[in-house]
Parts: sequence; structure tokens; C-alpha cells
Amino acid sequence: MLNPKLKLNPKIFNSDVEQVSIRKGFGEGLLKTGEEDKNVVALCADLTESTMMNLFALKFPERFVEIGVAEQNLVTVASGMAAMGKIPFCSSYAMFSPGRNWEQIRTTIAYNDRKVVVVGSHAGISVGPDGGTHQALEDIAMMRVMPNMDVVSPCDAIEAKKATLLLAKTKKPAYLRLAREKTPIITTEETSFDIGKAEIYWMPDVGLAQVGVIVTGSLMYKALLAAKELENEGIKIKVMNLATIKPIDVDAVVSLAKETKAIVTVEEHQIAGGMGSAVAEVLAQNFPVPMEFIGVQDLFGQSGTPDELVEHYGMGVKSIKEAVRKVLGRKI
Amino acid sequence: MLFTDEKILELELKANDIRKSIIEMLLEAGSGHTAGPLGMADIFTLFYFHILRHDPKNPSWEERDRLVLSNGHICPVLYATMAHAGYFPLEELKTLRKFGTRLQGHPHREYMPWLENSSGPLGAGLSQAVGMALADRIDGSTSSATGEKAIDKFIYCFMSDGEHDEGNSWEAIMLAGKNKLRNLIVVVDRNNIQIDGFTENIMPLEPLADKWRAFNWHVIEVGGHDFRALNEAVEEAQAIYEKPTVIIAHTIPGKGVKEFERDYKWHGYDPDPKDKIDYAMALKELRTLGGKIRSEHQ
Repeated sequence: MLNPKLKLNPKIFNSDVEQVSIRKGFGEGLLKTGEEDKNVVALCADLTESTMMNLFALKFPERFVEIGVAEQNLVTVASGMAAMGKIPFCSSYAMFSPGRNWEQIRTTIAYNDRKVVVVGSHAGISVGPDGGTHQALEDIAMMRVMPNMDVVSPCDAIEAKKATLLLAKTKKPAYLRLAREKTPIITTEETSFDIGKAEIYWMPDVGLAQVGVIVTGSLMYKALLAAKELENEGIKIKVMNLATIKPIDVDAVVSLAKETKAIVTVEEHQIAGGMGSAVAEVLAQNFPVPMEFIGVQDLFGQSGTPDELVEHYGMGVKSIKEAVRKVLGRKI
Repeated sequence: MLFTDEKILELELKANDIRKSIIEMLLEAGSGHTAGPLGMADIFTLFYFHILRHDPKNPSWEERDRLVLSNGHICPVLYATMAHAGYFPLEELKTLRKFGTRLQGHPHREYMPWLENSSGPLGAGLSQAVGMALADRIDGSTSSATGEKAIDKFIYCFMSDGEHDEGNSWEAIMLAGKNKLRNLIVVVDRNNIQIDGFTENIMPLEPLADKWRAFNWHVIEVGGHDFRALNEAVEEAQAIYEKPTVIIAHTIPGKGVKEFERDYKWHGYDPDPKDKIDYAMALKELRTLGGKIRSEHQ
């Protein structure tokens, strides 16, 4: 069942569940945080509308900087603005920022300790028709290896809005990963959310779970569909929303592993170096259990609809269920 | 402040001391860049002892001018100048590049918080300075809205000629021109050398002044060791209202040490401690700048 304490969207399993893009939640959050704090500034690299920064840019033109198609400049100018006490959010597609400008982010933001939020929109395979050049599947890995950099990947638009508001107030540089397509609304305004805190979204009605499924980003919806079907098949699982990949919620991850003794991770990202790897690092050191990884298997993407691609690359409901059964069979 | 002959002499002597510190600290460190720091010693001296509004006893003073060093590898001249200006004890210069030092091989704010930026990888300093200038302009307009007179701050950026090879540099040059950042003043260390050789052989930059001009900057070319001309160039840059200004300063790499001057090989080599001739020669040269200026010991 859905965790009742979290007040998740009661219509989540309806066929007409409301769908909103995660990037839109960011756009609304940025506008709100801009209203609350005059030090918030926004920078964009010629993608103002598609990264949903236009809401802020229209309201606060004097605090918006159009950089042009220059991602290296995007983050370094943001670093300079942070040095003068501003709170910069800089957005582009994840493939270009942090894809193209990683060293600038490392040196002038993380190493330089300047509070900048790097916003990577259109991340993951679900960018769809644009094809493999635009599908960032390596960005979590790139950013989580960087010291002094938090990494947050919200599961829906409401969570993205909350994450944006919170990231404006933290002291550290951060990477905020967003997706392009409209995806189902999973949470509500009442759902508790904090940077660095994982939450259990699905749990057995009674008793302990047999498998723990840890998810980041919009694939949470697929994981919840899988959980419901598995419940009907008599397999009890817990589904965890790991929106903050770094700093990772070690206690929550270890506690889930202790309860279930088997973990599946789900992310729209390369398996190598992503959220699943982060979970494996924690468990290998604290409480090793068998694991299965749902993600892209060392491949580049291609054109297609988001659903076609998610299925083709093995990240759909069927694949998640198979992974749960497989890890169940490996339990010691 | 009047720029008298006495002031110029004082700056020349100070620059000479700073050069000596640079040689001594590189010798002690056993590695680092030589030519750039010596070539920029006069410009750093002019800024820290005449131009910059700053307070070494209150380094985080909000209303200070900002000086962003983009080509971090010439940090020995930055560290030496800061020490001579009173930011930290001269003794500390000997710790350059050693374990536990505040004077990292390339500048790092985490260890030396009085730096405006951490740097080393080329081509990213100017864009940080552009960001500072943009932010300062937002603050300026905010202050005037409340009726308070905003203090006129300047954001200075020192960058090398070699780092014009980096695309990021031109992205920043374009953005500053677009935004008419009059509070931004860049000094290019035009010493014509980079690690692999002479800039015009590696990746020709000329006509460099025309390039900056084409990006809507005000351009001033000046000799990089002429204190009077440099000071006039900065005063002109401060007065230009409608554009950012770049001062292309023609410097002599290794300036002050005859054997180093204009030899690109000294870009990344330190004087070898085993080679006593180099060291003794360098310091002897510097005491009098080859007889060209008076030493404080005269």
C-alpha cells in the first residue's frame, strides 16, 4: 500500500492521473524562491522556455542573465555572481550542463566553494525523439563523484518545486536533475520532503517486506505500478524514494537492506556510477545484500517515445518485476 | 592620489622586492612557473600598492574592489604581492607548494580565504569576473532604488595571452560586451609565450586588439613595465562609461632576470636549486635589475 503517512496522490493508480513535467515544478519553484529572496538570480544558455526558467525571467528580468549557447560560460558566470552574494540557478539540458562544462563546475563552483545550483533539464532516456545526443545518462555519475556537490533528482513536479525552494537555502553547491516529459503526479503538497532524506513510498499492508526497491526520478511511477502488481502476486516489497543521491541517506538505505536482505535500484541512468552504484557503495560497507540494477546497460540511447525507450532499455514495469523476482531468488 | 616620480620610484623598489620574493619562493618550492610571475610583478605592484581599493587588515571588506586572477599558475606573484601588502607574513612565502600550506601550487580559496577565486585551469577567470560585474550592477541599481549612493566598485581580471586559446574566454568576452560592463577592467599579460612556445606559433592571436574591439570592448595597449603608462591606462579604463575595457599589457616574461627574459622555456620551469649559478645570478640581477634601477640597498 502507499505509505499513508506521506499523503501521496490518492489518484496515482487512476488511468487519468494528472501528468506534469518535472521541469515545470522547477520553473514554479524558481519563481517562488525569486519572490522570497531578492538575491536569487537565474542564468540560462538559450533554453529559457524549455527549462521553464521563463517564469522567473519574465517576472525578474533584471535578475536574469541570458548567456547564449555557452555552457562553460553559464556556470562560471554563475560562480562569479555567487562570489558577490547572489544565489544563482543556471539551467540548460543535462547533456550540455554538466555534460560539456564539468571541469568549470568542478573548479569554479565545487572547488571554489561557490553556492550555485546547476540545473540539468531533459535528463534521462525519456527525452525521447531528440535521440541519443540529448539523452543524459551519465550526469548522476559525473556530479556525485565531485566533492562538495549535492545531487538531487526529484520524482515529480511537486517534489521538484520543493527541492528548488530548499536548494536556494542550503549552503552547498548542488546539481538538480530534471526530466522533460510530462509524468504522473506522485506526491502532494503535504508529502514530507527534505534534502538528504529518503522516504518509503510503498510498503506491505502487514509484516516485513521481502525486497527493497530504491528509486530516483520519475521511474518512481513505474516502480509503484510494479509494486502494486507484485502485491497481487503475493510478493511484499518496499519502495523507497531516494531523491537526494548525495548526500545519501545511509541510515534509511541500510535499514531497508536489513529488513529485506535484497535490494533493487531503479534509475534512468547508466548503471555504472549512478544511484544504484551509490547504494551499492553504502551496502558493501555496512550491510552487503544481493542487488539488482535497473538502468541503461552501458549503451547510448536513440529516438523513440519515452515509453518505447524505457521498455527497450529494460526500465519498465516488467523489467522491475523481473529484477525483484531475480533478487528474491538470490537471497541467502 | 598624485602619481609622482617619487611614487613611481617607490613602486619600482617594491616590485623589485616582490621579484626577489618570487625567485626565493620558487627556489624553495623546487617547482612552479617563473616567467609569468616575474613579467607581471610591475602590474601586481601597481594594483596592490596604488590602484585597488582594498584593506589587507580587513580582507573581506564588502566594498573592496575585486581582483580575479584567471591564469592561476602565476600565483607566486600574487602571493608575494599579497604578503608584501600585509595580507600575511612574508615568512609564509617559503611554504609555497608544500604540504599543509595556505599557498597551494595553484590558488585555492579553501586554504587562503583572502583570494577572490580558486584558479588554475585556464579560460574561466574572466567569466567569473563577468559574473561579479553583473552581480555588482544588480546591487548598484538596488542601492540607488533605496536612495543610497552605491559605491563605485571595479572588478579587475588578470588573464594571460595563452588562455585566449580557450573557447570559454571568448564566451566571456562576448557576454561582457553584450552587457556593456563598464565596471569590468581586464589586464591581458601579453608576454607572447605559452608552454609549447611562442603564442604566434602555437595559436596566433594577432590582431588581438582588433579581436577585442570587434567584441565591443574598449581596448588600450600599453607597455607592461611602464608604471606611468599603466596607471594612465587604468584611469582611462575607469572613465570609459559605455563599455568594458581591456588593457593589453606588453610584458617581458622573466622580466628582471636577463637569462629568463623572453625565453619561453622558463614558462614552467623553476630555477634549479642544484644550479647555484642560476639562483645567484637571478638574485644578483634582481638586486639592481641589471643595473637598470636602484636597489633599496644602494
